[in-house]
Amino acid sequence: MKTRVIEIGVLVVAAVGCVIAYLGKPNIFGWHSGFVFSPTVSLIIIVLIGVSLLWMLIRTLQNRLVGRRIVFLYVGIAISLPLFMSITQNIVVSENVRDVYTALDELDPGEKVLVSFDYDPPSAPELQPMAEAFLAECFKRKLKVIIIGLWPMGPIQANMAIDTVMERMGLDSTQLVYGVDYCNLGYQAGNEFVIQRMGTSFEAMFGNDVRGTPYREVPLVKNVKNFSNIDYSFNLSSGFVGTVEWVQVAVSRYGLRLGAGNTAVQAPTVYPYLRAGLLTGLLAGMNGAAEFEKLTDFKGKATIFMLSQTFSHVIVIAFIIIGNVAFFRGGRKTALKGGSE
Amino acid sequence: MDHLGLWIAGFLTLGIYSFLYRDNPWYKLSESIFIGVSAGYWVVTEFWQNFVGKFWDQKGDDPWLWIGAVLGLMMLMRLFPKIGWISRWPLAFVVGATSGFWMMNYLTTNCMAQVQATIIPLLGLGYEASAVMIFSNIVLVVGTFCGVAYFFFSKAHTGVFGATARVGVWTIMVTFGAMFALTIMNRMSLLIGRTSFIFGEWLGLIR
Repeated sequence: MKTRVIEIGVLVVAAVGCVIAYLGKPNIFGWHSGFVFSPTVSLIIIVLIGVSLLWMLIRTLQNRLVGRRIVFLYVGIAISLPLFMSITQNIVVSENVRDVYTALDELDPGEKVLVSFDYDPPSAPELQPMAEAFLAECFKRKLKVIIIGLWPMGPIQANMAIDTVMERMGLDSTQLVYGVDYCNLGYQAGNEFVIQRMGTSFEAMFGNDVRGTPYREVPLVKNVKNFSNIDYSFNLSSGFVGTVEWVQVAVSRYGLRLGAGNTAVQAPTVYPYLRAGLLTGLLAGMNGAAEFEKLTDFKGKATIFMLSQTFSHVIVIAFIIIGNVAFFRGGRKTALKGGSE
Repeated sequence: MDHLGLWIAGFLTLGIYSFLYRDNPWYKLSESIFIGVSAGYWVVTEFWQNFVGKFWDQKGDDPWLWIGAVLGLMMLMRLFPKIGWISRWPLAFVVGATSGFWMMNYLTTNCMAQVQATIIPLLGLGYEASAVMIFSNIVLVVGTFCGVAYFFFSKAHTGVFGATARVGVWTIMVTFGAMFALTIMNRMSLLIGRTSFIFGEWLGLIR
């Protein structure tokens, strides 16, 4: 009964806190304009977290095990606090990411780039920053972008990315003309068979664009018959259907030049194709997105999120060490059961 | 309307994460809404894209579409136990067509191209390779060879062959470790995305 009262109390306090914070947003009552920790405060927080982890390691050595909720709490802290910190993280650009940039560098203005959006909102934290940075770079280089989606939500994610890019680059619909500079052919069901059919006819798969305009009436694509009219392509994917299918069908059969942006969990399945020269560049996970943002000087969410990513990795590594210490210290049975609550 | 949308998104996000404390009605509600909305979205999209877009609107132009429609209808016979066996015919068609489609693709990309990628000058002969590249080449060739050796079960894993297979096991373990690490990176990215939404877009606390 007492626990239930405490739980309800916490929920009420949290709800009231949310309402106060929401009403205080700049676009409502403007009580606050958000918070940011100075570098000194950030450093103090980092030291405190480090000390508490050390304390937990010592407790573990004394056979006093950490409960799973403590692990969740630390992961939450490691992810939340860096979002408020003003310190930045150095990002080193890898060769795979540079290859995507170089591929764009080799294109002349006016050449056509096919971008396939094969993901949905759950993968957006990793792939949306990639999409925005890639599209921004294409538009900066005056490349013509043809968008398709083999996932139902893909073309919607593409429209969101274009809106963000246009806003950040200060472009309006007269400077970046739909149908001339870019077009969105929408979603097509059929997975890998859509790619196969596109090898002979784009129009057979995409009769109309997302605005309902017939394929032949969209100026950008009216002369695009198949992959042979595409100068470079980029696939953003988070699973099936995705980069693997694009490589196996479009690259292998039709010789399409393809770069990819993948979620981190999918990257290991794609690396062999990269090594075999079937892929021209790969952005893997949030790290890949942040590297591409740095390369293209289009600082977006991936760069901001990388600090949280690093912090969370440190926390996970720390708890792997603590867990192993618990295991080998003799509390194996308890450790295997998940520790004390 | 924007305000309502933000509050619904925030409410459901916190509902899903409330499972970390323990299973509760708030989590169950959020989960059910998520599943229902996802399934509904898929059904509507697939209906309009596949049935209406690919068949109904074009049924007069291309008589071949009727074959697909009939096969699709036969697939639905699974819903009726007495004539459920009919669904095996379209299923056989799908299995056969897909196997034929993928056979050559797999052979070229997952077999031939991968074998070709391991046939490389180990010490960088023939081109200017850095020390890192030479090391990487050696790891690639040795790891691939030993990994394949582990899956060769026609010979007992003893002696030199046993040691090779052992190196193969270690290579596979390292691969699993890398995959695990990348999976963590992915899951953390999802969490960062939602946390950023809660503190940023929803509550406006991030400057």
